[in-house]
Amino acid sequence: MHWWLPTAASTFAGPIDGLFLAILIITGIALVIVEVGLVWFSVKYRARPGRKAFYTHGSTRAEVIWTAIPAVTVVALGLVSNHYWVQIKGRNSVPPNAYAIGVHVKQFEWQITYPGPDGQLGTGDDFTVRNQLHVTVNQPTVVRLTSEDVIHSFFIPQFRLKQDAVPGLTINAWFQATKTGEYEIGCAELCGMGHYKMRARVFVHTPEEFTAWMAQQAAGGSE
Amino acid sequence: MTSVAHAKPGAHDAHHAPMSFWRKYIFSTDHKIIGIQFLFVSLFFLLLGGLLAMQIRWQLGFPGKPMPGGGILPEAMTSGGVILPEYYIQLVTMHGTFMVFFAIMPLLMGVYANFLIPLKIGTHDMAFPRLNMWSFWLAFTAGLIMVAGFFVPDGAARAGWTMYAPLSARPDLSGATYGQLVWCVSIVVLGLSSVLGSVNYITTVINHRAPGMTWFRMPLSVWAIFITAILAVLALPVLQGAAILLLFDQTIGTHFFDPIAGGQALLWQHLFWFFGHPEVYILILPAMGMVSDIIANGSRKPIFGYHSMVFAIVGIAFLGWIVWGHHMFMSGMNPTLGSTFMVSTLLISVPSAIKVFNWLGTMWRGNLKFTVPMLNAVAFVSMFTIGGLSGVFMAATPVDMHIHDTYFIVAHLHYVLFGGSLFALFAAIPYWYPKMFGRMMSEAIGKWHFWLTFITYNLVFFPMHILGMNGEMRRLYDPSQYEFLKPQQGLREFITIAAFSLFAVQFLFLFNFLWSLKRGKKAELNPWQDNGLEWSLPSPAPHGNWDRPPNVYRGPYEFSAPEAGNADFLPQHVKLPTDRDPAAATAPAPAPAH
Amino acid sequence: MTHATATANMMHPPAPAEPGSGVYSNKLGMWIFLASDVMFFTALIGSYIILRFGMREPWAAPGAVLNVPLTGINTFLLICSSVSMVKAYAAIVDGKKYFLRPVPGKLLRDGGLKFWMLVTIICGAMFVGVQVVEYFKLVQHGLTPAGFREGSHFAEVALADPAKYGAATAGLFGSTFFTMTGFHGFHVTCGVVSMLYLYFTKVLPEKYSPQDYRGIETIGLYWHFVDLVWIILFTIVYLI
Repeated sequence: MHWWLPTAASTFAGPIDGLFLAILIITGIALVIVEVGLVWFSVKYRARPGRKAFYTHGSTRAEVIWTAIPAVTVVALGLVSNHYWVQIKGRNSVPPNAYAIGVHVKQFEWQITYPGPDGQLGTGDDFTVRNQLHVTVNQPTVVRLTSEDVIHSFFIPQFRLKQDAVPGLTINAWFQATKTGEYEIGCAELCGMGHYKMRARVFVHTPEEFTAWMAQQAAGGSE
Repeated sequence: MTSVAHAKPGAHDAHHAPMSFWRKYIFSTDHKIIGIQFLFVSLFFLLLGGLLAMQIRWQLGFPGKPMPGGGILPEAMTSGGVILPEYYIQLVTMHGTFMVFFAIMPLLMGVYANFLIPLKIGTHDMAFPRLNMWSFWLAFTAGLIMVAGFFVPDGAARAGWTMYAPLSARPDLSGATYGQLVWCVSIVVLGLSSVLGSVNYITTVINHRAPGMTWFRMPLSVWAIFITAILAVLALPVLQGAAILLLFDQTIGTHFFDPIAGGQALLWQHLFWFFGHPEVYILILPAMGMVSDIIANGSRKPIFGYHSMVFAIVGIAFLGWIVWGHHMFMSGMNPTLGSTFMVSTLLISVPSAIKVFNWLGTMWRGNLKFTVPMLNAVAFVSMFTIGGLSGVFMAATPVDMHIHDTYFIVAHLHYVLFGGSLFALFAAIPYWYPKMFGRMMSEAIGKWHFWLTFITYNLVFFPMHILGMNGEMRRLYDPSQYEFLKPQQGLREFITIAAFSLFAVQFLFLFNFLWSLKRGKKAELNPWQDNGLEWSLPSPAPHGNWDRPPNVYRGPYEFSAPEAGNADFLPQHVKLPTDRDPAAATAPAPAPAH
Repeated sequence: MTHATATANMMHPPAPAEPGSGVYSNKLGMWIFLASDVMFFTALIGSYIILRFGMREPWAAPGAVLNVPLTGINTFLLICSSVSMVKAYAAIVDGKKYFLRPVPGKLLRDGGLKFWMLVTIICGAMFVGVQVVEYFKLVQHGLTPAGFREGSHFAEVALADPAKYGAATAGLFGSTFFTMTGFHGFHVTCGVVSMLYLYFTKVLPEKYSPQDYRGIETIGLYWHFVDLVWIILFTIVYLI
């Protein structure tokens, strides 16, 4: 049973988890103020014979304070969030040396095309594998998402990575895995009856492992 | 208490020849009857939506196990009582659709806009009573059409209540040959009902306020409903347009949303959410307005910061038009747009925060009477706060990358729609019940219902935040397909059992509602000792309300005012020796339009 | 049933009431409804703009597929019907409930409400008629909501000159053309039907008067709106 965010296995996880925690603390404080306030007032000011409520229409000063503090807080939050947003998804966010892999999504599988030994996507030595994404640890990787039919969504929770795959568009989603191991890809956009069956696996290899796997595939090896 | 010289309730009635049962209760043009019609029909859809949810929870809590009673469902939906994937996605789609369009929206607007506006602003009826009747029958028809979706070949719509294209546009890809088309037709009809209803609400509030009922003397419930009606009149037509384009894609071979012939899948999302975001404010603002009335009453104090509350409602409504892209952060739209929508989305939390603090301010130093409406209204504040704060996580786009389309979103939306809107309705229904039916709902049953609902509700939806943080995706028939989701099965089962309990508890409310119609304690004129104009009329209020509109001398929240003397309330229509008649009161009465 | 004040001037907001919009409720209601209709057409027209300008391939040249001159005349007809609507409104404001009345010293007779309203209805109906005929012709030549029908006239000429006929964008062209003009035509038809209803139930029995011509003004507003939408549609669909 997992009570917190999943294991962090990409460079995105640091900023995203940090932002999550920061928001949790800020909203947590606000929540405590409101809930404790509600309970405390409910008890302290409950009706008793002979009591009368305090007749007031409000306080401009209070309004200013509780407008300004949330406003400043959300603006600060926005600035920090946008900083990371631009890094993660911005137009120029994909690192120039990112290893490109094609992911063509369809009902109900992921067709993953590798650039082959020449390292170039779109050449003759490309090969396609179903439902298995193999990447190298600490290597920026960019997935070029396309969809055959409906909108799907490429989601790797441990990488904190999500990107919709939209028919008619080619969308780049980049990441850099930081821990070797096996993780899962899920589809995060309802895509039909088999939406729940679109599990795929991500294998994060050391460079040697990846080269070995690539060689095996090029030699016509099994999936 | 000085007498009300001008406003004679019910004298209007004497002019009418007795109406047949059909004209009086079925094809009525009386806003109160229409409101009650909406109430019965919408409560039915709330129940239906809940039944669909129970089936969803069965599958998630006990995947692959035959559902009790599942045998009665046809082969296409269940196999030996086990819910099938194609039925599961119909369940999630129709649960959302029924709850949003046929339960919550009509409960807030169809019921309370209709019932409260003329009573609270001091007029006979809506500006266009016959049009009002049409609004109801159109909504009813739309509901029938939507239910029919389950009975057409291949079953109901199944692309989520958000109906993303191209899945929704291509029956060959979704498996729903007619279901999605039925959905579109129903929505177009419902849209018309909403638009016509809103035209009525807006016109009535602008033009038919009683003398002395200035804009800033209107109760917040009326302000909220009025602003909501403006949202509805402008947003629903966009949905109608989108649904028509989708309908054409499904039927006559157009390709608006299918890239096969130049269409754009994202166009649907933009159109839908341009409507959809104002829609969610339509689903919360009237609730906030009614809660304001009830909390001021329960605290025996004026609402804290009335003007700020009005500006907050207007602010939320205005900003609500420019945040729609926050539903589309991961959609592949231009990331720069993502930044702009993030800013507007974070900003919209500010007016909501202002409202929460003002509710707290109202309770502060009040003399709190915890009746059933007050309990539910305070719970609204508590849970809307959770729902609103959880929204901050998704507004921060990097975090949204992880939690978008997970159970974190499901938790958020249910905290605002159930914890928020539905609890507000649990407050509003018993509150105005006496004015509707002349009887009180049972306080004792109401209190049991409140506490049991509050506890089971939180047990169901709070854990969903945890599921979402772990990455559990939405609309998943079988989470156990994923290794990373298997460990949470225990929590899913727990939520299911809590959900069954929550659903069972609602029968207390249903029983209370129905039983009290005939056996509830007979209601006096003003059981809550409230200040609104409606409480000056008999319970139930008579046809035509007043013979002549009452004069209004003050705002709606003059609780514990010094001028009230020993009483801790001072109704709007009561004339004190120091009050002067409003200027508009001297205008002659026109021939009422019939 | 009516109260004693049945002959009271109805052209004001209801009383006694707090000052609101300053206009009577039917008119206010119609304005609000028209605002909703603006949003409806915005969804359709907005989609058209996004789809058309999202396509790299060329759109059909104006006049290549559609009959611009004929529709131009039709547009003029609709504008004329708006003018006659204004004349009808002016007539009833002056209490001219009649059809035609000779004017001493003038050749042309003076038109009253009955005359000008009838002109509006006829022009509106003719507009719809011409549109329907154009639709038939277009479908016959091969333009459908899904594009150029295989083997049709348009399909053939599009093969010869794909750029001029927007061969690659024909699907969207057909989709957006029929949707936008179709819904406009639907609105015009509703207007004509409403006017016919008012004509027979209120105009002919002379129920409108300078003290109460709310129905005329309200339907007039709707009619001008429908005309305005057409002018926008004509420009973006037929001219650009």
